[in-house]
Amino acid sequence: MALQAIAFYLLAFVTIAAGLLVVSAKNPVHSVLFLITAFFSAAGLFVLLGAEFLAMLLIVVYVGAVAVLFLFVVMMLDIDFEALRDGFAQYLPIGGLVGGILTIEMIMVAVSVATNGAAAKNAAPLASPGGVSNTEAIGRVLYTDYIFFFQAAGLVLLVAMIGAIVLTLRHKPGVKRQDIGKQVARTPKTGMELVQIKPGEGISE
Amino acid sequence: MNEINPLLWFGLTLGGILLVVIWVLLSLAFLLLADRKIWAGVQMRKGPNVVGPFGLLQSFADFGKFVLKEIVIPAGADKAIFLLAPLISLILGFIGWAVVPFAPGWVVSNLNVGILYLLAMSSLGVYGIIMGGWASNSKYPFLGALRSAAQMVSYEVSIGLIIITVILLAGSMNLSTIVEAQSGWIWNWNVFGGGLKNIVLLPVMVIAMGMFYISALAETNRPPFDLPEAESELVAGYQVEYSSTPYLLFMVAEYSNIVLMCAMINVLFFGGWNPGFPTDFMATWPTFAANLLLALVFYAKICFWFFMFAMAKAIVPRYRYDQLMRLGWKVFLPMSLVLVVLVAGWRVFSPVAG
Repeated sequence: MALQAIAFYLLAFVTIAAGLLVVSAKNPVHSVLFLITAFFSAAGLFVLLGAEFLAMLLIVVYVGAVAVLFLFVVMMLDIDFEALRDGFAQYLPIGGLVGGILTIEMIMVAVSVATNGAAAKNAAPLASPGGVSNTEAIGRVLYTDYIFFFQAAGLVLLVAMIGAIVLTLRHKPGVKRQDIGKQVARTPKTGMELVQIKPGEGISE
Repeated sequence: MNEINPLLWFGLTLGGILLVVIWVLLSLAFLLLADRKIWAGVQMRKGPNVVGPFGLLQSFADFGKFVLKEIVIPAGADKAIFLLAPLISLILGFIGWAVVPFAPGWVVSNLNVGILYLLAMSSLGVYGIIMGGWASNSKYPFLGALRSAAQMVSYEVSIGLIIITVILLAGSMNLSTIVEAQSGWIWNWNVFGGGLKNIVLLPVMVIAMGMFYISALAETNRPPFDLPEAESELVAGYQVEYSSTPYLLFMVAEYSNIVLMCAMINVLFFGGWNPGFPTDFMATWPTFAANLLLALVFYAKICFWFFMFAMAKAIVPRYRYDQLMRLGWKVFLPMSLVLVVLVAGWRVFSPVAG
């Protein structure tokens, strides 16, 4: 258990420190890198809970795909850091107000859940109920009790994807595209033409 | 394992990790030489043949050369990230070996989600490259890093889907279980559909294996998909500004990833440590001797796949970038989706249950 405690405190500390650095780092690329660190440590916390499937999905989906695209965009931005900091004092009061309200609400929710909400009445959820592995347990619940929500979420994502494609797809006329099938199917017969040219006349188009 | 003393467990795991790392590093030294020799052989050259007999010690000489050179950091570079990038590459190149089963029970961490772990670690590999390219604060490395990131993210999709077919066949994400499911005769290997009752899946799985091999080439930035470092266009891509030890770390990470991909093809499709015939006659042998023999079988298969990687590098011309993206998104993605549907359909509706 001692090893687990050490791992927990280490991962929790790194998660929180990286989270703070995300908002306080001066360079946006550094911010994204700290965000990735926070994701990664959160995945480590999932592993400590026994939720290995969720941990791996967090890394594959968020760190491996979403954050890469994030990094992509942020790296290509040309940001003027001085201009970015100009409005800091101006927006501080309203930002602080929103942040403060959110913090208080989250503390209240957390306290009420812990004292008389779901967490107070039930035992701690098991990562692998009934001896089956974590992945199998999630799969069984996802494809039986929550099949409707699961499918609906998938449909929403599909619609979003098609929408993005429809909005950005442009068929420019006159753009030459490579058709590999056509290239491979080309024979000397279709590719060239033998012409008899009479002297002094040339080829008429 | 739960009853074991934590300190002893810690020590044993640490020993295992050290053993695997040393094995991988030593193998890399000779596989790198083999790569160059095979490449030279195809082009009717001799390849490295000066240091040691047949040039066997060439990799060690190169190592010494890299380490003794000066580390040059460009003036405009982001120093911390510039030096962090090759380290991250190296760590991610080696961390995946933790779940690879070399023989029954010979695995550092027998994770239940081993295959997902491997996928996660190989998808993280892109960070080393993209950080290195950005931190160099130069145009060619940045272009190389962007290309590489797009390429790796694209081919992960098809790799993930092909892995699903294997998971469906084996019914587990634990790499040891997947290998054990392929034990016995050679037709139990996943590339042949995983057992005689699934022989209908043979064409499906052969195609899946071929696509996995090609995606692995793309994922590890090997020729014919080495666009991130296409020397004719980008000088050397993300590595332009790197020299000395940081460059060496990138190099070692790249080769470690390649060998890891060879091990992955082996585990997923070619039976891992199974030699292709029943190993019942080994039952009376001492466990260590039997495991050692099986680990050698595993290693021989890795070497075979590394040979295939080297041959692809030697004989296939480089793709153009739009062709690469077309292959990944318009050919491999739909095809691997169809494969998943076919395998899943067979698993649910097959007349021979199992």
